[in-house]
Amino acid sequence: MRVLALVKYVPDAQFDRHIDPATHRMIRDESILSELDEYAVEAALQMKESSASGSTVVALTVGPEQAANAVKKALQMGADEGIHITDSAIQGSDALATSRVLAAAIEKAGPFDAVVTGLSSTDAETSLVPAQLAERLGLPLLSFATSVELNESTVRITRDADAASYVLEADFPLVLSVTDQANEPRYPNFKGIMAAKRKSIETLTLADLGLTPEQVGAAGSKTVVVESAERPARVGGNVITDDGEAGLRLAEFILAQKVL
Amino acid sequence: MAFSLVYLEAVEVPLSATALELIAGAARLGDPVAVTNHAVTPDVVAALGAAGVSGVVVPEGGNEAAQQNFLSFETELLAIALSETEASGVVLPNSVNGKEIAARLGAKLEAGVITDAIDIAADGTVTKSVLAGAYTTQAHVTEGPLIVTLKGNSVEFVAPATAEDPDLLEIPVEDVKPGARIVEVREKAESGRPDLTAARIVVSGGRGVDGDFSQVEELADALGAAVAASRAAVDAGWIGHDLQVGQTGKTVSPQLYVAAGISGAIQHKAGMQTSKVIVAINDDPDSPIFEIADLGIVGDLKNVLPQAAAALRERS
Ligand SMILES: Cc1cc2nc3c(=O)[nH]c(=O)nc-3n(C[C@H](O)[C@H](O)[C@H](O)COP(=O)(O)OP(=O)(O)OC[C@H]3O[C@@H](n4cnc5c(N)ncnc54)[C@H](O)[C@@H]3O)c2cc1C
Repeated sequence: MRVLALVKYVPDAQFDRHIDPATHRMIRDESILSELDEYAVEAALQMKESSASGSTVVALTVGPEQAANAVKKALQMGADEGIHITDSAIQGSDALATSRVLAAAIEKAGPFDAVVTGLSSTDAETSLVPAQLAERLGLPLLSFATSVELNESTVRITRDADAASYVLEADFPLVLSVTDQANEPRYPNFKGIMAAKRKSIETLTLADLGLTPEQVGAAGSKTVVVESAERPARVGGNVITDDGEAGLRLAEFILAQKVL
Repeated sequence: MAFSLVYLEAVEVPLSATALELIAGAARLGDPVAVTNHAVTPDVVAALGAAGVSGVVVPEGGNEAAQQNFLSFETELLAIALSETEASGVVLPNSVNGKEIAARLGAKLEAGVITDAIDIAADGTVTKSVLAGAYTTQAHVTEGPLIVTLKGNSVEFVAPATAEDPDLLEIPVEDVKPGARIVEVREKAESGRPDLTAARIVVSGGRGVDGDFSQVEELADALGAAVAASRAAVDAGWIGHDLQVGQTGKTVSPQLYVAAGISGAIQHKAGMQTSKVIVAINDDPDSPIFEIADLGIVGDLKNVLPQAAAALRERS
């Protein structure tokens, strides 16, 4: 089995994140492998481990030079190979353009059984890319998996939506997106970290994928952000200590809000 | 006036608040035409007409193929409806299914998709809140139809003065892209409490409830509020994932959010910090949740919540 795990390098959500007021693009310093993609890497590794020997996991990212760090982390977790698509023209791509680059990269990466992604990136948080990949690649999509069960030639997942939960099934090859309910990502251990040093990351440009700069970045996107405004930070209000009557104070406070 | 499409996941009489809001959102972009993959009765068509919908599109011969092609069937249905009506935009619910259909439709038509909208202007400018509520942005599509998923509780529906008499159009849906097969659908039981994402008041419990949500529920019921939880409470199995608020749960923006026994981790704040008023009850005065709470109570939730609930019940 050959599984491609998609990984994204995103601004660390533990810090304040900012949008450049001139370009309306996210400032991408202090980035890390998206936490939600760790679940994708874990799912890919579990698929490999439960199938025949000779199976491989390929970690694939699109992003600037530093984004190779996301692939490195996946290699430390246990992925076998890495692919990094990097080209300055790609900067500023919306989901539509990003999925175009990823679809081309996946086709270039050769035959595969499954493409695994996280439930969304932690920066734009749109969840659009997995479905757009399925559409572009003409493959079935098993999305938002809260559990994944692998059979001979099919995968079965559970998926939680608002009004109902579903059990869905599809045959290989397929696209799979997993939520943070699906598994518990492993930490890279010493052995994994040392082994990753000997694994190579293939770096490719747009031209290698047969794409032109007009198909990516702002030129290849169909959405544009025209304004961005920072919300004023919340300031904490009154903090009281319960003296036995704080519940009454709480009731008064709620009544004063006139929300009932 | 150009048409706009509104995709409805469920259509029942009376129309749900969600359906009415989606129709109102679509009406910003044009004369709304409803698209659904469910069979519609004359009642439903009349109710849609009363809400200002001028046409209703359903798949010819029912939606059986949808079972074998999860959401790619609905995508094809919308793509055909879009080309038939030459609509200027499509408004879908901001649900997991709605966003997925929007995504597929965008890739299929090479059209721009904007998710999580909280407002839609007549010129197609869409407002959304990003980076866990830290920024509000405005975006639009550069060409082609606007595909937008609209969050609940964001635009107001006002019934039109005159009802339409909508035409029902049945269209054949063929050449569906391969999708996943639906093996089983488990409908969710109604809790009797308001829907979490639409509720005006939310009472939320975390690890501090220590396995027992009854006090959180008691206050919620005294307020007619929805119940929610942190991931710690969900992971412990005390309450369903449906009620999780945060980065990987629901995003809520109620008038009042009461956080009980929740520390205020960044991933939890991501889902609730745009609430109008926040109250926190926590026995640790150093909990980060107090930094964003309008009223903070350092205390044991097991004493504070029941006392507040009793006082509120007395007043009503
Ligand atoms: C990828 C990822 C995604 C995540 N997504 C989410 C998400 O969507 N939503 C989410 O909530 N979290 C999410 N988390 C988890 C998040 O980081 C925190 O672990 C979680 O929010 C903590 O929940 P908590 O506040 O209930 O528990 P804790 O942090 O353990 O806090 C419990 C609080 O209760 C207080 N307490 C204890 N007993 C009492 C009492 N009797 N009375 C009053 N106070 C009491 C304690 O002082 C403490 O402050 C995510 C984490 C990751 C890595």
